[in-house]
Amino acid sequence: MALTETGDEVVSAQASRRRRFGLAAITPASRYYWLRLLLTNPAALGSLCFLAVVVILAVLAPVVAPYGPTFVNPADRLVGPSSGYWFGTDTLGRDIFSRTVYGARISLLVGLTVMVGTAVLGSLIGLAAGFYPRLDTPLMRVMDGMDAFPSILLAIAIMAAFGASTRNVIVALVVVFTPNVSRVVRSTTLVNKRQLYVESARCIGLRDRTILLRYIFLNSLSPLIVQCTFIVAFAILAEASLSFLGAGVPAGTATWGNMVSEGQGYIRTAWWIAVFPGTFLFLTVLAINLIGDGLRDSLDPRSRER
Amino acid sequence: MTAYILRRLSLLVPVLLIVGVLVFSLIHLTPGDPAAIIAGEDATTEQIADMRERLGLNDPIHIQFFRWFGGVVRLDLGDSIFLRQPVTEALLDRVQPTGLLTLYSLTLAILIAVPAGVIAAVRRNSWVDRALMVVSISGAAIPTFFFGILLILLFAVILRWLPSGGYVDIGEDPIRHVKSMILPALALGFSTAGLLARMVRSTMLDVLREDYIRTAFAKGLSQKTVVLLHALRNAAIPAMTVLGVSLANLLGGSVVVETVFNLPGMGRLVVESVARRDFPVIQGTVMVIAMIQVIVMLLVDVLYVYVDPRVRYGAD
Repeated sequence: MALTETGDEVVSAQASRRRRFGLAAITPASRYYWLRLLLTNPAALGSLCFLAVVVILAVLAPVVAPYGPTFVNPADRLVGPSSGYWFGTDTLGRDIFSRTVYGARISLLVGLTVMVGTAVLGSLIGLAAGFYPRLDTPLMRVMDGMDAFPSILLAIAIMAAFGASTRNVIVALVVVFTPNVSRVVRSTTLVNKRQLYVESARCIGLRDRTILLRYIFLNSLSPLIVQCTFIVAFAILAEASLSFLGAGVPAGTATWGNMVSEGQGYIRTAWWIAVFPGTFLFLTVLAINLIGDGLRDSLDPRSRER
Repeated sequence: MTAYILRRLSLLVPVLLIVGVLVFSLIHLTPGDPAAIIAGEDATTEQIADMRERLGLNDPIHIQFFRWFGGVVRLDLGDSIFLRQPVTEALLDRVQPTGLLTLYSLTLAILIAVPAGVIAAVRRNSWVDRALMVVSISGAAIPTFFFGILLILLFAVILRWLPSGGYVDIGEDPIRHVKSMILPALALGFSTAGLLARMVRSTMLDVLREDYIRTAFAKGLSQKTVVLLHALRNAAIPAMTVLGVSLANLLGGSVVVETVFNLPGMGRLVVESVARRDFPVIQGTVMVIAMIQVIVMLLVDVLYVYVDPRVRYGAD
């Protein structure tokens, strides 16, 4: 979810951070200026570090996790957090830490795949709607229609039709989040297509496809990147919610949403089953949101002018 | 103003038609024969044929659509396969918990967000501002179902102040009703409060820089009067635009919260119907909630235009 600070506030906060970190010498002309600016933002930097840990845990899950995600040890059912089981065990004696680590794989997979899917589909629709006036009304009315549903409800309805599976969750969420991205790309396309450089490109006889890709799309990248960051967070949250409701990744698979759902019934006696995966889910989404906020601030052209 | 409302109403027609097409398509998106899936794995060929006939799946698709959409316009959403009652009746039975939950959550969100946003703006860059903004950012990041479970753990299991779930009808026992709705409303309203608080803070900061605020201070008015009477009234107008989005979030979130707190509302009906493959109920509920959302968005836009004449003149 985007922060709603004013441009001036963002600029002054960034200037003070640059001074504090001794980076006043970095000018907007510097290479990777936005990235350097992002790294001076303590919240974004901390979030990047946390996210890096989650990604490493997910990638190295078979090495890091002491047990497999489905390994059952009936002798150690409902054991609380201890040195043997850091996050405790569930009703079947499965290790919560191992399942949380494996759960990160599904969350990140869904988040990133949905982001790529929505970025491609949303960009195509947004570019077409913004560039060709004849396509604008029909395409955007369909997007309005899709926006009329609360996103989780539309996702549930699509899952009801497709059936529960990780692939179907990804398809459902791409459909649900495409209108967001298409709106962002459409609005930047509408602005960019009136620029002189686009007119010049037309004058030298470039084809529409080249103009769209090379001049308009590349100039829409900054807001698209920011929007895509938030889409990753929304998708991870939505996948967890769908799994929690039993309409997402099939029950039994180690996902954060499934684990919280399984733990809800034991919240009085074994709080750790739901609390640990839920906390990881919360912190991951928070970290991605803070990175999105930081990216938006550092990619803001107003701050580059300073 | 009338012209603006009429224009917005005319735009509703294509949107609702597209919503209708999307909802109607759901049953046809199922891989394989929808009648066989709905009838269940153990169904005989006769039962599947009967189900196909009952759902009207033997007719051409455009006939099916116009029959279904005609029913929606007349508020006839078909019959539930599992509940054996009309979908409209099933929804009416469950509209109270969802309606009240949304209303309480929105009220709670406004009650939390407006003071938080105002205090954060007035004490800009202080520790109070930072703490409030951290809480509001967390509100957007914490999954509603997880926050609900944490609330149950704290207030129902550890402190034992409030019930962990269940619904008490408002007419039956108003006090127990309120007690049963506090945690669900808090779970649902928290993320909306975070979004609203940041919006109020941002618009307050813009308004506090205006010349008329400086004039009000120069006249010798107290900070309280300037902030509450001069600034907040104008800051509230742009913040209102978030209300439409907030209501949409609350309606969507109610699906999750009703499941966590075992409330017999429309959201839980959808979730239960997914497991039962009761497509008429899923389609009917999704259609009704989408229609409510579209109408609420329209009302918020009209209200916005009504309270801010600048938008009205711009629109005309």
